[in-house]
Amino acid sequence: MPKKFAALDGISSSKAVKYGIYATAAALFFALILLPPILGIIIKWSSIQQVLDAPEIVVRALGAIKNSFIIALLVSLVDVIAGLPMAWLITRGKSKWLNVLDTLCDIPFIVPTAALGYSLLLFWSNPGGVSALFGGSLISKGLLLVILLHFTFSYPVAVRVIVGALLDYKMEYEQASRTLGAPPFIASRTVTLSIIKPSLIAAFILAFSRSISETGATMMVAGAFENGPVFIQNMKTEYSTANPQLYEGAIVLASFILIAVSCTIFAVIRALGPRLKLPIKRVWPSIERKLSYSPAVTTRNTVTLVIFLAVVLAPSLFVALPAVQAVFTDALWNALSGKGELWSVYWQSIILSYFVGAVVTFLNVLMGLPVAIMIARKRFGALTSTIFDVLVNIPLVVPSIALGVSLKFFWKGTFQFIPEIWLLIFAHLAITYPYFVRSMSAAVERISLDLEDAAKTLGAKPLTVFRTIILPLTKYSIISGAIMVFTRSISETGATLAVTNLLTAPLVLAYAVPRPDGSQVIHATPLEVGLACGFLILFSFIILLALRLIVRGKGRY
Amino acid sequence: MPDVRLVNVTKKFGKIVAVDNVSLHIYDKEYFSLLGPSGCGKTTLLRLIAGLIKPDGGEIYIGEKLVNDVPPEDRDIGFVFQTFALFPHMTAWDNVTYGPRVKGFDMRKAETIGHEVLEMVRLHERLDAFPNELSGGMMQRIAVARALAAGAKLLLLDEPLGQLDAKVRNELRYEIRRMAKDLELTAIHVTHDQAEAMAISDRIAVMKKGKVLQVGTPSELYLNPQSIFVAHFIGESNFLEGYVSSISGKTAVIELRGGIKVQAADRGVKKGERALLAIRPEAFIVKKGKSEERNAISGAIERITFEGTNIRYDVRLENQDTVVIVKPSMTEEWFNMGEKITVSFSPEKAHVFTYPEAGLKEEISVE
Repeated sequence: MPKKFAALDGISSSKAVKYGIYATAAALFFALILLPPILGIIIKWSSIQQVLDAPEIVVRALGAIKNSFIIALLVSLVDVIAGLPMAWLITRGKSKWLNVLDTLCDIPFIVPTAALGYSLLLFWSNPGGVSALFGGSLISKGLLLVILLHFTFSYPVAVRVIVGALLDYKMEYEQASRTLGAPPFIASRTVTLSIIKPSLIAAFILAFSRSISETGATMMVAGAFENGPVFIQNMKTEYSTANPQLYEGAIVLASFILIAVSCTIFAVIRALGPRLKLPIKRVWPSIERKLSYSPAVTTRNTVTLVIFLAVVLAPSLFVALPAVQAVFTDALWNALSGKGELWSVYWQSIILSYFVGAVVTFLNVLMGLPVAIMIARKRFGALTSTIFDVLVNIPLVVPSIALGVSLKFFWKGTFQFIPEIWLLIFAHLAITYPYFVRSMSAAVERISLDLEDAAKTLGAKPLTVFRTIILPLTKYSIISGAIMVFTRSISETGATLAVTNLLTAPLVLAYAVPRPDGSQVIHATPLEVGLACGFLILFSFIILLALRLIVRGKGRY
Repeated sequence: MPDVRLVNVTKKFGKIVAVDNVSLHIYDKEYFSLLGPSGCGKTTLLRLIAGLIKPDGGEIYIGEKLVNDVPPEDRDIGFVFQTFALFPHMTAWDNVTYGPRVKGFDMRKAETIGHEVLEMVRLHERLDAFPNELSGGMMQRIAVARALAAGAKLLLLDEPLGQLDAKVRNELRYEIRRMAKDLELTAIHVTHDQAEAMAISDRIAVMKKGKVLQVGTPSELYLNPQSIFVAHFIGESNFLEGYVSSISGKTAVIELRGGIKVQAADRGVKKGERALLAIRPEAFIVKKGKSEERNAISGAIERITFEGTNIRYDVRLENQDTVVIVKPSMTEEWFNMGEKITVSFSPEKAHVFTYPEAGLKEEISVE
């Protein structure tokens, strides 16, 4: 044992230190992540009266929130249905190209939401995109485009979760079914799907939360259409200076309803999920037999790939096209030398984004790891573990802009001296924390308790057990969890917009994209915006590539 | 009438050859075992027959039909998995009736079959229990019942008793054989337990490193092992090193260490070659003191282990080789520690093999 750890190892045996670490992590979770958004709303609760006195705003808010839920339910349902055959193809296919497909599936997940929204806008709506083929604008800003967008960015989440489930799934069940005479379609329908049902529900919930809370990209394609987050953003634009009270009240109202309804929906799913029975008693041998083999399977795979390419991948990457064009003009040179209204703030914003991302990642590892271990190892009993498990998820369902606003209310209302940059960090921390703790607790759970016990019987102190058993075995999960946090922080738009006036990269992009009335906060040509998006996507690619190289073949995130 | 024929079947996983050019004929209504150490390819072979994996070369026939490209659901087989693979989201009853249901039988017919097979495995209680609520023995019965309910005439069993306690295992092995015989099934049973294979099989194929070494009835394998590995893996053998000093007819004279000459059944050795003599522990005749008969070697008892049914003696021979001798504890006289004895054996109970190139240890290794 290295000498430098000897003293620390001794200390780690002490009960006080052990409880101290867990208590600190738990306290920080409550103080920085869970309570501020909730308290933020409570502080401003009285301002709700202002809104109630303006019925037209209430009607508008309720309409927007209704839209949010309809879109989220619809999109996440479609996500699971469309994601399943894709996950199936990735995990069961034989071609080596499936690895590439697997990576491509992650692209919309890592493209900054602001860039993603703009990319979709260019692809579907602008005369220069595919719309040109149809003469004019194929899909104009509004409901349909919002639905397409939400599908694009939540689809990878669903695919990722289902791929994980299929990789962990014991093939023997399906093989048993086949030997009993079930063709592949019946085998997967009656056996596999039922067994991975919890993951299908998890995929639905994650896609749902992502859709409910997404703000940055939605703003770009919404046009006159409003869902919850866009409503909040519009209220900010329209009233934050003219009638701050009304603006605050509208936010409190909208956030409260969004959080309350989301939590209700999740509680219902949690309660009903285990009882939800997939229809497995009946079989239709002749039809399902046809669906089991070619040409039905080939058709299914082709349709899956076409949907993925046309609705997910191509629209996400479309923004990079002008970036290629820019290489041949002086736009690239202007960009690199920081000339023009956009570029003068762009590089600074990139630096800020990456700085915040790094700090947030570091804090996440520090604060999240003890909580993840506590949850996975049931350190303080099964009940505490379950409670934490549920609480950790709450920030996932809060619309990111509402989260940002209530955080601002709380910190500005109580601790005014806290610098703006810390508000930004706290906001990103709250948004990314659930992702990190989730993936880490799952990773720790996969390590057999026997290994820890074995180390203990050999005389290892708690810190040594952590250092020599848990850390090496979860190394890849920590790295991939950290990179997930980092990319999420880099791409975050909604909460950032609400909480601060500091310009992060996604915010610069959001401001540079023309508003519905054609005005721009930051003036930039489409070429320049495309190039700026291209840079961010490029950086995200490099990070993703690094992730793939580091964790290559050693498990997935 | 499902007999199973394998013709030059090969299966590779990457660079590892799991099944190496295997040809076998398993007869109709036969209870056949694939026996070998873990990693010998026996489970791979069974999965090839089931169609769960596809061979890289060779042909597999079930009945008259070449089934290489037939998916498992159309091979008309029953498969019992080592882990049972009972569907965790279905009750015992739904597991058992799954086969008839997915084959599109009507519900009444499916239920009739379900009751019949449950009658056969003698399990009628706890049918609405889920697999995780059942004991190992019950899970095993449900797994067998489920495989039988599919109505197949070919039953494939992959270490079906591996997960059970010793007592339950011994009970269930005879029950499975009885059922297979009552239903006139062809059964192929994979196991690494030679006692299990001997107890239930009509014939056994002994496998090692993807190859079939010998096929035969349990007594053929035990009495006439064709290789050192089979002599070692089926039952137990003492191995004595020596040289072939002469051969006459089917008898070879072997000069052991220390110049002791003994006669043994020839297994194709050549004169002058280095050889191994294999003798079963119970094949020795033991007498107190000195004694002059054919193949007699003197020695002394070095260790005694009382095993219940038998007593096991470690004997140091006059040439310093050691052998293990097993004698029934109730019908034979007992010997004492350190006692001087003479051991002998009849030539047809001892087998001579050419000394393996890689050495004895490698040859009998089960790794």
